[in-house]
Amino acid sequence: MSQPFRLPAGGLIDRTRTIRFVFAGRAYHGHVGDTLASALLANGIHFVARSFKYHRPRGIVSAGPEEPNALVQLGLGPHEEPNARATTVELYDGLVAAPVNAWPSLRFDVGAATGLAAPLLVPGFYYKTFKGPLWRPLFEPLIRRMAGLGTAPTEPDGDRYERMNAHCDVLVVGAGPAGLEAALEAARTGARVVIACDAPLLGGTLVDRAERAEWLANAVAELSASKDVRILVRTTIFGYYDDNYLCGVERAASGEPGPRERLWKIRAGRVVLATGAHERPLVFADNDRPGIMLASAARAYIHRFGVAPGRRAVVFANNDDGLSVERDLAAAGVEVAAVLDLRDGEAVVATEGRRRLRRVETASGRRIDCDLLVVSGGWNPAVHLFCQAGGTLRWDDRLAAFLPDRARQKLEIVGAAAGEGLSPPGNALSVPPRRRRAKCFVDYQTDTTADDIALAAQEGMRSVEHMKRYTTAGLGTDQGKTGNVAAFVLLAAARGVSPAETGTTTFRPPYTPVTFGAIAGRDVGALADPVRTTPLHDEHVAAGAVFEDVGQWKRPRYYPRAGEDMEAAVARECRAVRESLGMLDASTLGKIVLQGPDVGSFLDRIYTGRMSTLAVGRCRYGIMCRDDGMVFDDGVVARLDKERWLVSTTTGNAASVLDWFEEWLQTEWTELDVSCTSVTEHWAVVTFAGPRAPALFPELGDMRPMRVVETTLDGIPARIATVSFTGGPSFEVSVPAPYAEALWRAGLAAGAVPFGTEAMHVLRAEMGYFMVGQETDGSTTPLDLGLERLVAWDKEFLGRRSLRRPAHALSGRRQLVGLKPVAPVIEGAQIEPGPGHVTSSYRTAVLAMVANGRARIGEEVNVLFEGRRVAARIVEPRFASPGSAPVPGPPLNVTMPQMAATPMASVRAAPEALERLLGLRPETPNSVAEGDGFRILWLGPDEFLIVGEADLSGTRNVDVTFNREILHIADRGILAKGCGLDLDPRAFPPGRCAQTLLARAQVILEARPEEMLVYVRRSYARYLQDWLADAARR
Amino acid sequence: MLLIPCPFCGPRDEVEFRYGGEAGIVRPKDPDALSDAEWADYLYMRHNPKGRLEERWFHVHGCRRWFTIARSTATHEIERE
Ligand SMILES: [Zn+2]
Repeated sequence: MSQPFRLPAGGLIDRTRTIRFVFAGRAYHGHVGDTLASALLANGIHFVARSFKYHRPRGIVSAGPEEPNALVQLGLGPHEEPNARATTVELYDGLVAAPVNAWPSLRFDVGAATGLAAPLLVPGFYYKTFKGPLWRPLFEPLIRRMAGLGTAPTEPDGDRYERMNAHCDVLVVGAGPAGLEAALEAARTGARVVIACDAPLLGGTLVDRAERAEWLANAVAELSASKDVRILVRTTIFGYYDDNYLCGVERAASGEPGPRERLWKIRAGRVVLATGAHERPLVFADNDRPGIMLASAARAYIHRFGVAPGRRAVVFANNDDGLSVERDLAAAGVEVAAVLDLRDGEAVVATEGRRRLRRVETASGRRIDCDLLVVSGGWNPAVHLFCQAGGTLRWDDRLAAFLPDRARQKLEIVGAAAGEGLSPPGNALSVPPRRRRAKCFVDYQTDTTADDIALAAQEGMRSVEHMKRYTTAGLGTDQGKTGNVAAFVLLAAARGVSPAETGTTTFRPPYTPVTFGAIAGRDVGALADPVRTTPLHDEHVAAGAVFEDVGQWKRPRYYPRAGEDMEAAVARECRAVRESLGMLDASTLGKIVLQGPDVGSFLDRIYTGRMSTLAVGRCRYGIMCRDDGMVFDDGVVARLDKERWLVSTTTGNAASVLDWFEEWLQTEWTELDVSCTSVTEHWAVVTFAGPRAPALFPELGDMRPMRVVETTLDGIPARIATVSFTGGPSFEVSVPAPYAEALWRAGLAAGAVPFGTEAMHVLRAEMGYFMVGQETDGSTTPLDLGLERLVAWDKEFLGRRSLRRPAHALSGRRQLVGLKPVAPVIEGAQIEPGPGHVTSSYRTAVLAMVANGRARIGEEVNVLFEGRRVAARIVEPRFASPGSAPVPGPPLNVTMPQMAATPMASVRAAPEALERLLGLRPETPNSVAEGDGFRILWLGPDEFLIVGEADLSGTRNVDVTFNREILHIADRGILAKGCGLDLDPRAFPPGRCAQTLLARAQVILEARPEEMLVYVRRSYARYLQDWLADAARR
Repeated sequence: MLLIPCPFCGPRDEVEFRYGGEAGIVRPKDPDALSDAEWADYLYMRHNPKGRLEERWFHVHGCRRWFTIARSTATHEIERE
């Protein structure tokens, strides 16, 4: 197993375990504990990449996340990842990696051979050529082919990704000596501590330099034994957001089963940044050849991996620490041919060697053969997270570096990240080249040279932000970790000012690239977005329904029978409604109970029409506008009782309408006494429509339109309303959710034909009824829809003042009309002469919004779409007449199932009033009081959920027994994968409750002694159960 | 992600809330008394300062209460009692 550069001893690799890997098509061996970079170096491979623009051979520069050069295309097929840093990829058996940006091969690369791109890629080329005629046909395709990094994988990602929320008192980022000390100190106070370390082992530079081994071992042992310390290795904290919220990615150890990466979202009381420092290269002629490496990297390869980075080395540095790498090299048996201290005027002025460094030339004219040049230009404290957190920097002349100045958040920055213990470098970071055209690289990854920066300064890029965009320095995947400061210093020098004046570019998350997989987590595929289902979903599936997405809901679109296509099925369903009996699952409509003495006057302000005059037992259709006069939603208001009303909303706007009500009640009209409670999921709704519908309800058959009764069906509470969107007889029947199936089956037995949303749309379009979001688009008023009769001008309502603006009376506004085209037209088609467009198009009815439409009834127009022109006549928006007289048929015969359910009620009361009634109340907000046979959850200032049997007469309450399902979860860790609350039993003990988000569903959590209860809205229950099952899978 | 102090629930993650814009915009009691320009001013014009802003939030996924906080639009810092 030849690894010619592996040292005979030392390093933290497992020499007993030799593993095989493939790089650039050739097989090699390494050890467990290697990175891809260390294993390549053990095999004598330095040349691992071609550069971004010039395709120059590049080697391994660093041993950590700051690596600019050694990017690889990692893995194959569904596990492929572009631009992985070879210096942080842990070696595993069978690893396959390929260089990026080399074609056809690393050794023979067309881009490098022709030098084609070089003259095109000077800074500013893009900007100067964008506008020119040759950009699109010539330069852009050429540059796209020549410049670049890895390629995006084409297969779906075959890996799984996990997510976890965490809370701690102290988060320590970095596990070098400063981080470990901070973690120990915090742990000894009993605080909850998380320490995150991006390497597989704790220790940082102690490992890389083989120092203080015993102290390190003791520290790791103490932290590991502390109960409240969570050690996250292989975890890169990549983002520091507001209020000490940090995100990190934990990578699975190679070969470990389970998710490949875990996204951590951590809210910390206090943060300690011990992020260390990145060593920077020096800028000199041809400073990018493979074999040129940072001193810190040479140390790490020797001490952490037991690898000699070369045979014969030259050391070139501007600081004592960098120069001292000579001792590490010598101890590892590497011959040190020369040590050049830039502060004494000694320097490398030229290098030779095509694919590997062969020789360097010094300022004093010496030509030294070597295969390794170890460089150090001083250190850049890793202030990325500090700056993301809003911290400011100051330039430090002694360290020639930007140091943390003022922090904004609750954090400390310690160790090398704060500039502590760093070796001061000499003033110079760069050496002028001998030959004028020689390239002195500042930013390896973007191929930015010192000349480029000078050019940028010369062309007026005075700010670092301009220079960055002009030259692309710092725009690589490494975000200029090694190169930025040199670029800033060179720009400052070119302008004759101090770097303190030019400053730095902005540090933004992520610190290192993050995979889309980690961010998406388990929210992919079927869990990408909640799928909401009605209590009749299984019935629809069994009936072979074709579903459509309405917001997050799945609604049956039509129910094809054998041999039927959509058109035939919809025609049959429409016919059933027009001629006999159809039934529709209308459970998705929003339902809000309003209670209180002021509901009538509240609804008068909300709807354009007058609602306060509605008698008990009556329904009224209404439109609501935003205050700008545009239609927001529509629906039916039913007055169930003197002080109890029910408002229905469109499916899509149910949540928005409730929010809208509460906003006005809480923030503007606080004098009104009205309580709102959503009961959307408590009730299932089946609409029976057609001439046979009245016969279903012999006792109610003569109910006139727009009436509502509260009754029972086989002993179960039910509500029946005569509300029609077809113009014909229609009975909307609501029963508690679990009884929906019995109702539906009774409908089938009575011969009702299930119909879906498509037939519903056809039927309403035939009547010329508009639909929110179809005919309206946020710029449509009730007047545009021809519904002035629904506007009560003599009272104040939202939108009234806007509708009275003269602009709304001007001609030219689009108005709702019907169209009779000579051939089918599509929705969205334009109308000429216009402006105008088709809003709904069915075989039997076409609706359109057309400028001055109502005055143009009878006019011939053209409908334009897809390059076609179809003649059409503008007509009244009415294509059918209301249904015929009632037709006899069998009555609805419902047999309801027996079932037991724990009652739940929403009570609106002051806490004191509740206590007077029930004899107890919860002590604090979001806590639970346990009574005799019931529990009280305090959910809002005047809102309680009563679970169990309690006498609530005399309170303002609503039965919500079936609004939510209760899930029992024993393992809080599963909930922490999708809930941002601190679920530690100390923070969320039994007796606590909270309304919050779990995955993408709103839930109530209640902590019980043995388990957590999750109250989830019934329509989300299926989604949440699937989500929990996935989260429970290890 | 902001940690927003709900007066009822205590500090909660920003994702539980809906933003409600500048606070203190009172709907005119008699809209008819306003000119079109004054009405448009009420509907649309906001101060949008760089710095301290009193703004409304709605705990939409929590206790469903509206409340007002003062926050710096430049630093995101929320004034806490
Ligand atoms: Zn709240």
